[in-house]
Amino acid sequence: MTALDGGFHSPATQSATAFRGVMTVMAQPGHIVSLTGAEPPAPLSAAAGAVVLTLCDADTALHLAGEMDSPEVREWIAFHTGAPLTAPADCAFALGRWDALMPLAQFPVGTAQYPDRSATLIVEVDRLDACGATLTGPGIQDRAQLSVPDTDALIANHALFPLGLDFILTCEDRVAAVPRSTTLTAPEVN
Amino acid sequence: MYVAVKGGERAIENAHAWLAEERRGDPSVDALSIEQIREQLSLAVNRVMAEGSLYDADLAALAIKQARGDLIEAIFLIRAYRTTLPRFGGSAPVDTGRMTCARRVSATFKDVPGGQILGPTFDYTHRLLDFKLAADGDVPDADTRSAEPTHVPHVTAFLNREGLIEDAPADDTPPPDLTREPLELPASRALRLQALARADEGFTLGMAYSTQRGYARNHAFVGELRIGSVPVEMDIPELGFAVEIGEIEVTECETVNQFKGSKTEPPQFTRGYGLVFGQTERKAISMALVDRALRWEELGEDNQGAPAQDAEFVLYHGDNIQATGFLEHIKLPHYVDFQSELELVRKLRREAGAPPVQEAAE
Amino acid sequence: MGLLAKAPAARVTALLTEHPAFDWLRPPEVGSTMVRGRAGGTGAPFNLGEITVTRCALRLSCGAVGHAYVQGRDKAHAQAAALVDALMQTEAAPRIRDTVLDPLDREAQAKRRTRAAKAAATKVEFFTMVRGED
Repeated sequence: MTALDGGFHSPATQSATAFRGVMTVMAQPGHIVSLTGAEPPAPLSAAAGAVVLTLCDADTALHLAGEMDSPEVREWIAFHTGAPLTAPADCAFALGRWDALMPLAQFPVGTAQYPDRSATLIVEVDRLDACGATLTGPGIQDRAQLSVPDTDALIANHALFPLGLDFILTCEDRVAAVPRSTTLTAPEVN
Repeated sequence: MYVAVKGGERAIENAHAWLAEERRGDPSVDALSIEQIREQLSLAVNRVMAEGSLYDADLAALAIKQARGDLIEAIFLIRAYRTTLPRFGGSAPVDTGRMTCARRVSATFKDVPGGQILGPTFDYTHRLLDFKLAADGDVPDADTRSAEPTHVPHVTAFLNREGLIEDAPADDTPPPDLTREPLELPASRALRLQALARADEGFTLGMAYSTQRGYARNHAFVGELRIGSVPVEMDIPELGFAVEIGEIEVTECETVNQFKGSKTEPPQFTRGYGLVFGQTERKAISMALVDRALRWEELGEDNQGAPAQDAEFVLYHGDNIQATGFLEHIKLPHYVDFQSELELVRKLRREAGAPPVQEAAE
Repeated sequence: MGLLAKAPAARVTALLTEHPAFDWLRPPEVGSTMVRGRAGGTGAPFNLGEITVTRCALRLSCGAVGHAYVQGRDKAHAQAAALVDALMQTEAAPRIRDTVLDPLDREAQAKRRTRAAKAAATKVEFFTMVRGED
């Protein structure tokens, strides 16, 4: 197993399938789907690997945070995506665990003219279940629940709308998303 | 605004079939091959590559065939194809000092080191129709003189040694890319050069000619015009070093322009620059003249209000695909828009007391 | 790698007569590279336009890895270039150099010399005459 392995063996169909998966979770915040086909080096999960293979290329600057910034991960990303690695302030995508990505203020949130010039954070989480914070907003029928890492930070991010960051949460082979358009309510403490 | 209309599928299919038949022409005449277009209409191919902004001679030749020789339509096809390609990265800037020149002339110095090389030029032809070509004769081989391939230095480098011309110091700022981010003003020189390199040749020529006739006059000499091949080198992320991935033919024009000096700069010559894919010297010279005219602000010159000094005017109107797209869309159905205009004019006429006219069938 | 990329596709595929077994690390893929120039030939870089490029990566059964990035859209060209790149890291290297790389190099040099010789034949000496009054 080297940096040259672990990519999609059938890039056209697998990246299309993975793109459909990412689009589904973005369009339906809180919805969890399975993403397979990538075998990235640790500590990247299969789902995060598939997201990177699908969304990153030479035109999308990527920031690797914390333990993600290892020679193995760098080499794998270089071969399979060609994405240039940058500092948080210049990135289109960032990859890391929640704590390593802090503070969120270091990432671009877009401009009033171009709200799309903002970062999408791919966050590796330990658990990803349909429980926890309550999600409402575009793409959600009534309400959804998702185990998000920090509800307050995501509420603050939503307050920036139409600016703000978008979050893709990955755990093993599962992925969910919390775009900036989603309204969150903290889980009730029992 | 135009609105979607339904229907007409059958008519459209039949129109396409007829178009295909017309494209083929008289079936008793041999069909053109892509290779014939690539080899024998190479300057048309070069123009399509330059303005299509994609260097691939076979694709350009195919586009010309498909477009029945309509070069703007061919450029449109290339631009559309280009958007389907994943981009692997950006090359290192091509080093035109390492060019293997097929042509290299200077209008400013007759004795340039490396010599004046005419190359395969139309310049000294008599522009008389050659009826021998109609008879499809073979051509004799061009003469040769033994020579080793060498690189020749840029003419502006000589002026530079005396400090008589502005410097163009190397710099490695990643350039903005108008195929990725929309063109915004004020546009840096890098962005202007990208826009000019893919701009319509006729538009660029007209703009350049206007500067020669006195609109933003800046009296250009062709310091050097060179055509030849340069290697394209790219950093390969997985290898961690740069390799040559191919070779392209380009035309480069450097103009030398009078400059009286400004508060910060002594009197010296300034430069205009043109670089275009393929053998495209009319375009490269035009690009250099327009580039120089657009530099008035950074050189502290007066705005004479000339069209060629107006970056917004030049950059937003030089792209023939944007222009043709907007221009030609007005022939598509605008029935709803026009209905409302019709109602408005009728209302105004009623109010003005004009006699009613018999309504035309709508 | 540059030699293989710049050679005509048909020559590379014709000269490479060895076809060892391999696995794709990245099957041939057609894309583009943005070619840059420099303002004034030496100044700040700008984007000139794109070229088509085909790339691939493969691994021979012995473990040697070959990469290719070649101009154009010819997948067989990219595959042959990657095979040569991989074989050059094996015992076959001297043989591949003799049968593929050296001939390609000679052909490329001959082509360059022919162009240079044609260009040299169009070299002119201009003599300044009396300047006209205009």
